[in-house]
Amino acid sequence: MDKEKDGVLATIEEARKSFNEQDYYCQELPKTVQPVANKIVRGFYNWAQANSLWILGFGTGCGSIELPPLFTPRYDVARFGIFPRPTPRQAGVFIISGYLSVKTLKRVIRSYEQMQNPKFVLGLGSCTVNGGMYFDSYNTINRLDYYLPVDVYIAGCMPRPEALMKGFETLKEQIRAGKAEGANHYVENLEWYKANQKQIIKDWDMPEYNW
Amino acid sequence: MDGIVLKVVYAILSLILIFNYGMLVIGVTAKIVARAHGRIGPPFYQPYIDLLKSISMRTSVHHGVMFWLGPVFRLTGGIGLYMLIPAVYGSEWLQNFSFSGDLILVIYFIFFGMLGMALGAGESGHPFSAMGIMRGLAHTTASEVPFALAIIAVAAQYHTLSISDIVAAQQGGIGHWTLMTNPLATLAGMLAYLGMMMHSPFDLHMAPQEIPVGPVTEYNSSYLALMQSNRSIFASAKLILFMNLFFGGATSIPEMVVKTFLIFFFCVFVGVVFPRFRVEQSVRWFLKLPTMIGVLAVVIYTVHG
Repeated sequence: MDKEKDGVLATIEEARKSFNEQDYYCQELPKTVQPVANKIVRGFYNWAQANSLWILGFGTGCGSIELPPLFTPRYDVARFGIFPRPTPRQAGVFIISGYLSVKTLKRVIRSYEQMQNPKFVLGLGSCTVNGGMYFDSYNTINRLDYYLPVDVYIAGCMPRPEALMKGFETLKEQIRAGKAEGANHYVENLEWYKANQKQIIKDWDMPEYNW
Repeated sequence: MDGIVLKVVYAILSLILIFNYGMLVIGVTAKIVARAHGRIGPPFYQPYIDLLKSISMRTSVHHGVMFWLGPVFRLTGGIGLYMLIPAVYGSEWLQNFSFSGDLILVIYFIFFGMLGMALGAGESGHPFSAMGIMRGLAHTTASEVPFALAIIAVAAQYHTLSISDIVAAQQGGIGHWTLMTNPLATLAGMLAYLGMMMHSPFDLHMAPQEIPVGPVTEYNSSYLALMQSNRSIFASAKLILFMNLFFGGATSIPEMVVKTFLIFFFCVFVGVVFPRFRVEQSVRWFLKLPTMIGVLAVVIYTVHG
């Protein structure tokens, strides 16, 4: 009886440990990975990445209502090689659609870090630029690029799907030119990003980098 | 050239052909479905771009040895299946490694990749993966029952377990096809085929709105690229198998393309019309009507044949 009680207590003790003390997660930090050295191969890869953009199906704010119309006959972004993908492991584009609450920021960071290099971030709506109409809210962040490297901003409240498509076009141009190196930028400035993130997220119950 | 070397060269050429054929079928299908929706749709070569993109990803995350081996097993299942089926009857280089008992091995190979994938995706530890595998295995096991019965009926009808001989027996016009000579086995086989292609209404291992992408949730970059290439090889190998068993095989590449494309569109059309089954509905459905038709076909051809 006593032994069993000890066992239960030990389990509770283990569960009380912070996530970093438990041996559940990989504690390593990421490294930058440079693109392929060969110029022709690199151009070819960039072309493929620009023409096969898989969006992570994660709507953070009201702007996510602008995403479903993209896949309807009226806008049909599939013709540009843009598809929704439900898992961050396979997705390459993260659309932060509108205001980002403190709670969501944590999930956004976890999802972003699970995506594979190269990965791109689109900031949709004014809320991601300067807070928009939520600029003085106690519960939302104001500038997205303090927390994640943003490739393209699309201003508006809300931007129309056409604006979003123009944003995709700009992102494609950047990728083709080899300028969309957000993933490497994030790794190089990881300390700065983490400090910013930890200022907002008080209950940081996750590893330093979510593999 | 030495006999076996020549065979290997033919096998590689045959594999390249079927890989590209599968990619184009997937791309063209996406285009046609888009047109049916009133959209323009992705270009027909989109699967190639997606594959290239997956290969070009710079990092990849894995969860252990079995996680690596999952896609490899899956690809082995796909290539192994294709290598045992004569793609074009009478063609020297598309004959592959068809031998006298290949029908039995083919049934095994269809399931082989699935089991490997189950182990690999299981190690990823994602709950959606585990759910997808449970659903997929239960459903595939159920759909194998009518498929096995249809194959037994066809084997009993032609008194052979060789796919080449079955194709040879069906030559000489549409009246000689299994479709005409053994409609019950064809019906059971084609209903099982719907389940084996895992399109709607049997896409329950993927279940896009419930457990998005199912078993492959954790697969990324080059692991995903392996799976994408397997998707084209495995799908077209199954199409060719059903063409050989029930629709008289093919004597030329254009004939193969037309027949397999029509067979593929059978499952696409069914998928467009019917919404998804739940797993218990799918298992019950397979064990009722298709299995009964299969049993009837076996009884007729073992008692009378």
